[in-house]
Amino acid sequence: MSVDSRTQLLLSALVALILTVLPLPHWLDVVRPAFLVLTVLYWSVNAPRAGGLAIGFFAGLMLDAFQGPVLGEHALALSLVTYIAVREHQRLRSKPAIQQAMIVFAFLVVYEIVLFMIDGWTGHPVTSPLRWVHTVSGALIWPPAAAILSYGAGHRA
Amino acid sequence: MAAFGTGAGRLAGRGGSPGFRFTLYALLSVIVMYLDQRAHYLEQLRYVLQAAAYPLQLAVNSPTAAWVWLQESFQSREALQAENTRLHATARDLELRTMRYESLARENGELRGLREALPPVADRWLAAEIVNIQLSTLRQRLLLNRGAVNGVFKGQAVLDDKGLIGQTTHVGPWSVEVILITDPEHAVPVRVERTGLRTIAVGAGDTTSLALPYLPGNADLKVGDLLVTSGLGGVFPEGYPVARVTEVHRDAVQPLAQVRAAPLAHVDSDSEVMLVWFRPDHPAAPAPAASSGGELKSGNPAMQPQPAAPRNHPPQTPSPAVPAPPPTREPAPPLPSQETAAAGTAPAAKGPRPVEGAAAAPEQEQP
Repeated sequence: MSVDSRTQLLLSALVALILTVLPLPHWLDVVRPAFLVLTVLYWSVNAPRAGGLAIGFFAGLMLDAFQGPVLGEHALALSLVTYIAVREHQRLRSKPAIQQAMIVFAFLVVYEIVLFMIDGWTGHPVTSPLRWVHTVSGALIWPPAAAILSYGAGHRA
Repeated sequence: MAAFGTGAGRLAGRGGSPGFRFTLYALLSVIVMYLDQRAHYLEQLRYVLQAAAYPLQLAVNSPTAAWVWLQESFQSREALQAENTRLHATARDLELRTMRYESLARENGELRGLREALPPVADRWLAAEIVNIQLSTLRQRLLLNRGAVNGVFKGQAVLDDKGLIGQTTHVGPWSVEVILITDPEHAVPVRVERTGLRTIAVGAGDTTSLALPYLPGNADLKVGDLLVTSGLGGVFPEGYPVARVTEVHRDAVQPLAQVRAAPLAHVDSDSEVMLVWFRPDHPAAPAPAASSGGELKSGNPAMQPQPAAPRNHPPQTPSPAVPAPPPTREPAPPLPSQETAAAGTAPAAKGPRPVEGAAAAPEQEQP
């Protein structure tokens, strides 16, 4: 089961990464959810043993390679969010989808706050309010995304 | 289930508790960030990561590329013939324009008191295809299909046939990331072609406008003025067209004028751009800046080495009316600008019009 879910995890992470770097028109780009973050969150809640913190760190490093002004920025933010999700996975898993979506919103806000602070410290300040839009769209897309991922995972609900 | 509490106990045993491992990863991230930001030690790691990312970026781009290829291969004979005629006409025009270039260059050299005419500042150039394009308000970047194996280096100027596009930032083995002049983190030192006034053009986060935030309210600037690179700052050589002023707003209360300019390069409709190498010993070449080229894109444009600008070649460059001998590839734009200046504002509208028209749509979509 562990090996199986790890393959699924890597596959879904790859798909999420493709969705993240796919060129989109401007207005879609603004609302584009952080697919990779959502995927990592899903797996840390539903299969914390399969990936855990390592997948959070390395997915973040990949994000840095694609779009980070500083290497390690997304890695830190995503490790933090993954850590909280893994720690609380028992409680999160039993919640209904709507509540999960709200918690995911909180996770995404924490993630973005970390990025925002690091951006500021490293001299790449982006104060446009548009950078927060994806936290809302990410929370909205969580229920269907989680349903798709759990359908792919088969036995897990 | 609640009895398990945090679940930390269950997960222990594979590399320690989550808390411990999180501390480890967080420390690692911070170290990586510090090294990348402060010491630039991680160019190698970036190089490897960029190499790993490139296949994925190519794959993501492949549907678009396939569609373009299909369209091209099913183009009708008439369309191809029409294009061929058009290209012939363009080539003839360009030949006519450059016909007197040689003699003008020599004359210019004599006037400057040089023994021989200066060679063009652009030494060689390389066409690169745009693989991926990010045009959000936060980041305006291109990914090109050339890299270190082609000799591309960090801080290299990127142009298209109309004007300046940007400079290279992260160089991978087969790909290179270009930061556009419209990126909010980018600032390019420019000179107003008509008056010689020097200032800095900062990206505004959309492809159609640059901001000129450091001009006093009484600065001599008109709508339609051409901005060219000033050669300061150490990245771009002098005299390349950058943008045309589209909006000058003077408020009696504000000490600074609010000026907008539209970039001349058509980033959103280009599929190919040029990477350019410059002769380092040429007077119009970018001044060898005291700081490295990489620091130019730091967030604070005031940090640019503009005012100091140590020049190695004292007499020639600062003389106002002498633009760089235009490299052979450079098309018409610089020439009409002087007419524009002479004729006042009348022809001014013709400059920015195509730029605005081509990219008006994305701008409107912004809230």
